[in-house]
Amino acid sequence: MKFIELKNVNKTYSTGVTALADLSVTIDKGEFVFVIGHTASGKSTFIKMLYREEKPTKGSVIVGGVNVAKLRNGRVYKLRRKIGVVFQDFKLLPKLTVYENVAFALECLGVSASEIKPKVLKAIEIVGLKEKTRSFPHQLSGGEQQRVCIARAIVNEPKLLICDEPTGNLDPDTSKEIMKVIENINKELKTTVIMATHDKEIVNRMKKRVLLIEHGVLTGDYLKGSYKSHEAV
Amino acid sequence: MKPFRIIGRSIRDAFKSVFRNFSLSMASILCATITLLVVAISLLIAGNVENATNNLKDELTIVVYLDKSASTDDADFIENSIKGIKDVDKVTYKSKEEWKTEMSEYNASFGTVFENYEQNPLMDSFTVTVKDVNSLERIATEIEEMDKVASANYGEDTVNTIISVFDVVEKVTIVVVISLIFVTAFLITNTIKLTIYSRRSEIEIMRLVGSSNIAIKLPFVFEGFIIGVLGSLIPVIVTIYGYIIAYERLGGHIISDLIKLIPPYNFVFLVSLVIVGLGALIGMVGSLMAVRKYLKV
Repeated sequence: MKFIELKNVNKTYSTGVTALADLSVTIDKGEFVFVIGHTASGKSTFIKMLYREEKPTKGSVIVGGVNVAKLRNGRVYKLRRKIGVVFQDFKLLPKLTVYENVAFALECLGVSASEIKPKVLKAIEIVGLKEKTRSFPHQLSGGEQQRVCIARAIVNEPKLLICDEPTGNLDPDTSKEIMKVIENINKELKTTVIMATHDKEIVNRMKKRVLLIEHGVLTGDYLKGSYKSHEAV
Repeated sequence: MKPFRIIGRSIRDAFKSVFRNFSLSMASILCATITLLVVAISLLIAGNVENATNNLKDELTIVVYLDKSASTDDADFIENSIKGIKDVDKVTYKSKEEWKTEMSEYNASFGTVFENYEQNPLMDSFTVTVKDVNSLERIATEIEEMDKVASANYGEDTVNTIISVFDVVEKVTIVVVISLIFVTAFLITNTIKLTIYSRRSEIEIMRLVGSSNIAIKLPFVFEGFIIGVLGSLIPVIVTIYGYIIAYERLGGHIISDLIKLIPPYNFVFLVSLVIVGLGALIGMVGSLMAVRKYLKV
């Protein structure tokens, strides 16, 4: 079942740089998709378009039946409530505890305190940080901080989880753990996952669908792809 | 219920973040304190300048002398005619006999001079106060044209100079106060911008988890309100106690009795209210402007 559909998407920045050129792709509900490519290939622009951080210059971006490209500014927040985003640099609030960082996402949405507590504890449990709820980010390792970021992204039970190089700052072992957490979310919660990454080992090991973007053009779409198939192209 | 929860959370978060980001909040509060103090002092001065000019204006009168041939009936008629002129406030009659008695009492040598005259050499008069000082000239001319009126004087040259000086002083005071308010707004807004700049990641996360723009702005607007109100506390204390003490020490006037100070109550409370309101408003608007920069959607 189609969940995301990009049709002839073009993006040219005001500087004249073309980040994406005539990109078309569809992604089904519950899929796990890697987006790979060199630095400045257009991966981030592709990812940012899904949660309307960027708007296409031409073409349509449909997420969950909504044409994000035509969404009015005042309604963007409604789209973002259905999407969880995980960043390479975690973006945690340093003065809030693990619990507060995760709860922050729900508090911003005006969810009642009685609803917040069980949801936050469940999200923290999914990412395996039950023992650290009262710790502050600076008391956690990089992997643990990324888990908090994931917990915050999934606490509102989003239909789509977008990960922008989530293992970029982590060592290989920690990266594996983080990927396990994300894979579990995809399998158990049926959340669609789209992940931009440079990590060859992860892509090769997981054998998921791979989209290859080069110079803003989608040059490869492999169902059980890997960096090897990329190299073969 | 949701909007109320968002407002409640915004107020709670605003208080929390004032204390969590204490050093930056203190910088904003101190900036507000210093600038609002200057505004408070300038308001106190401006209020008194305005008051003094109004008092002096009230003392400007037209003195009308009647012809020696004017009878009591004529005087009554003239009095009624003067009262009928637009902008005339009060007309006080003083007969030449009253003048003579008053002058003799004031200085005995006048009495000796008057004894040399068979008839009273003085003239009956009216003292006319006006509602609008700018109409002095028009009223004086109208009175002078009346029958049996010898003269109507208001010290033309001096009064015209005083009026133009008053106008300049009033305008300058208004310009100074308004400029100071703008400078205050600029300084407070910029300090708040620095505070918010340090928290742009917080705003970014709020955007990405799906907070509406209003829900993002509210905590910062409340925070600006708190900073503005806290920043106005010292200026308010200085306004109230400083002015009361200064008023008592100076005995209610400056230089001479002519320049009277405004009595402290309710003047100090009015100025304090303006200062608190200004602090709160600038804090809120400043925060709103600063946070908008990070809300590109």
